[in-house]
Amino acid sequence: MQPGAGAAAAPAALLELSGIGKRFGGVRALAGVHLSARGGEVLALVGENGAGKSTLVKILTGIHQPDEGEIRLNGNVLSFANPLEAMRAGITAVHQETVMFDELTVAENIYMGHHPRTGGVPRVDWRRMEAQAEKLFERLEVRLPVRAKVRDLSIAQRHFIEIARALSQEARVVIMDEPTAALSRREIDELYRIVAQLKASGTAVIFITHKFDEIFAVADRYTVLRDGEHVGEGRIADTNEQQLIALMVGRAVTQIYPKTATTPRETVLEVQDLSHPTEFDSVSFTLRRGEILGIYGLIGAGRSELMQALFGLTAPSRGKVLLDGKPLLARTPRDAIDAGIVYVPEDRQHQGAHLEMTIAHNVTLPRLVDFGWWLLGKFRRELELVRRFCERLQLRAANFGQLVAELSGGNQQKVVLAKWLATNPKVMIVDEPTKGVDIGSKAAVHQFISELVAQGLAVIMVSSELPEVLGMADRIIVMRQGRVQREFTRAEATSEAVAAAALGATA
Amino acid sequence: MKSDVFKLREVQLALILVVLVGIVGARAPVFLTGKSIDSLLTDSAILVMMALAQMLVILTRGIDLSVAANLALCGMAVALIGQKVPGVPLGVLVLVAMALGAVLGALNGALIGLLRLPPIVVTLGSMSVFRGMIFVLSGGAWVSSHQMTREFIAFPLDRLLGLTHLVWFAVAAALIAWFLTRHTRFGRELYAIGNHPVSAGYVGVPVRRRLLAVYAISGMVAGLCGYLWVARYAVAFTEIAYGFELSVIAACVIGGVRIAGGIGSVAGTVLGALFLGVISNALPVVQVSPFWQSAITGTVIVVAVVFNAREGRRAGKQILPLQVRTGEGA
Repeated sequence: MQPGAGAAAAPAALLELSGIGKRFGGVRALAGVHLSARGGEVLALVGENGAGKSTLVKILTGIHQPDEGEIRLNGNVLSFANPLEAMRAGITAVHQETVMFDELTVAENIYMGHHPRTGGVPRVDWRRMEAQAEKLFERLEVRLPVRAKVRDLSIAQRHFIEIARALSQEARVVIMDEPTAALSRREIDELYRIVAQLKASGTAVIFITHKFDEIFAVADRYTVLRDGEHVGEGRIADTNEQQLIALMVGRAVTQIYPKTATTPRETVLEVQDLSHPTEFDSVSFTLRRGEILGIYGLIGAGRSELMQALFGLTAPSRGKVLLDGKPLLARTPRDAIDAGIVYVPEDRQHQGAHLEMTIAHNVTLPRLVDFGWWLLGKFRRELELVRRFCERLQLRAANFGQLVAELSGGNQQKVVLAKWLATNPKVMIVDEPTKGVDIGSKAAVHQFISELVAQGLAVIMVSSELPEVLGMADRIIVMRQGRVQREFTRAEATSEAVAAAALGATA
Repeated sequence: MKSDVFKLREVQLALILVVLVGIVGARAPVFLTGKSIDSLLTDSAILVMMALAQMLVILTRGIDLSVAANLALCGMAVALIGQKVPGVPLGVLVLVAMALGAVLGALNGALIGLLRLPPIVVTLGSMSVFRGMIFVLSGGAWVSSHQMTREFIAFPLDRLLGLTHLVWFAVAAALIAWFLTRHTRFGRELYAIGNHPVSAGYVGVPVRRRLLAVYAISGMVAGLCGYLWVARYAVAFTEIAYGFELSVIAACVIGGVRIAGGIGSVAGTVLGALFLGVISNALPVVQVSPFWQSAITGTVIVVAVVFNAREGRRAGKQILPLQVRTGEGA
């Protein structure tokens, strides 16, 4: 810590950044970013993926060092050589995917690195540590056994541990990086309550999220980053969703869900009474060509497991699946693909692309069986297939022999879609297609799904994002605890009714 | 068509190898004679074959620590059969060695592929089991040269078109491995499994069957090498090829095969094995103590890993993706 230029900063700001710049090699990640967080306030840090939010968080927590600019805490200029220094200065972060010591207890996780010691021969003072941990949870009004192993806890509970850890170090600035990504509604409410408590105790909270309802629910002020630059800030009370989106993407996004009206045609897929010993029970539904069936539900409602059963990844115990009126028994994904069902799994980073393989090899992978065992001399045929589908998706690449790792995120996604389209599917299951994806790319994915459906594909879209389901689906099935709770037509579905069904309320 | 970076790495490795041979040759011209190079290739042949099989395993994010023990067990088995049952033709003995090796490898493969157990644990266990089995089979006794037929011993070092059979086996193994990895669905699927195992399953790759097959192949090659080893050195005992699995894995790593799977080439692996062969053959020629030999080998491995890691990092890091990159790439 370097005591700096005294009380030059505005008195209200606890944390003040100015002119922060950071480059990685030739790539500029941040330039001239300024930000101020006040004690007792929640600042929403908003921006698309790649806008520089994560880099900024890493600078604040001492993982990266800025190339230029100043960090002031309470008016003192600081610089952090490593995460420990940032933590000692009072800045801590709660990450979206919490990394913890699974095999250790709650109390140990909280005090890792600063265990209370006994006098004399220094050793860990277990009793004091556990008592202090309990006091922290009392303060947060959260019930958590401090001797439980973290392995057995939910993601929400892990967040609470991180927050307790922050409190244990008397953190003055707490950064929350998409803390609600994997939480249920109830857990989110509890998190909000804790955020309110942190505020009340004078802590500055920096809240990073992609979800607008959260911004408006918890934040007092906002700062928007775009392409590594500061593009706007202000009070939440003075803005609205449209304005924030316009700031984030640099243009007004008028139509977020490009839903094209299609008339569903004949039934392709019929699921009757499908059951699994532990995950889901007597699920029935139909799917028609040219429609999107949305499957909504809380995490753990059995949605993904149901889809995996349709795709031959798990075996159902009972029930029937009819594809084009013929019974389909998919024991392996191969069977499902051959029959015309494909499953695009949830994968935040790469949507399941094989990064170290070429574009061509990625695209032909699911159809490689058609080429037989020997591939020698079939290069031209493979390339033809690749070209057909890549052109359809307007994939830009120097050549199809390029590694997928070298492509931009958007183009990687196109490679994955080309791969699945190349199998000529009748039914496409997409699992959380836009989770963790920024708004610009989200719209592109939705646009693309709409186009496919217009061409007669049948799509099952599993999603935890209510606006996405409401915006895209023709019909919505709500699952709860492994059963179909209710089915809505597009006209019937309101966000209140669908959410209520997912929670099990009788609306 | 394939990425230039990879070509470069193998070309670099080849250049380093040539320079190394050149330096040693300058200090001790004996090293550059045809006879010396012939024995270098013959000495490296088994390592080349084993490294190629290991490469296939590592491509799938696996590892096979049991190869040397498998080699020793199969070698002992055929030596004993040759001793106890005289008139068995050599061809049959070789096939028996390969079949036995394949079965042992398939056991690993079944545990890893079907039961989803971690490869390092499974093969660590089977390594000890196989070593123990050698003792059980032989009762701890040696099979020495006078208990083997002349034909049995002579075959590996017999010559065809001027090169030893060992070298021809290695050449054949390299060609087969190259064809397998570049021109078959099987090979393509191995890369897919190593690159992204979950996604490979989702595109319909029968991951379990492929894993089973890859460990069986690894075992089969170990079995073949078991015969070649025993015949070449004209002796079989419990400890032959002790610790050899580490040289095999080292050859892969030096050759640029990524331990985390999905990356590796036949050319790189062959060069990696030859590199180790050159070090072990050249250092005695220039009077470097064998203790330095293992230090040098170790340093080379670490340097290779550093290179591989840097390569990976460059591909992964990109902070401002979409606009910046599509702008450049269009």
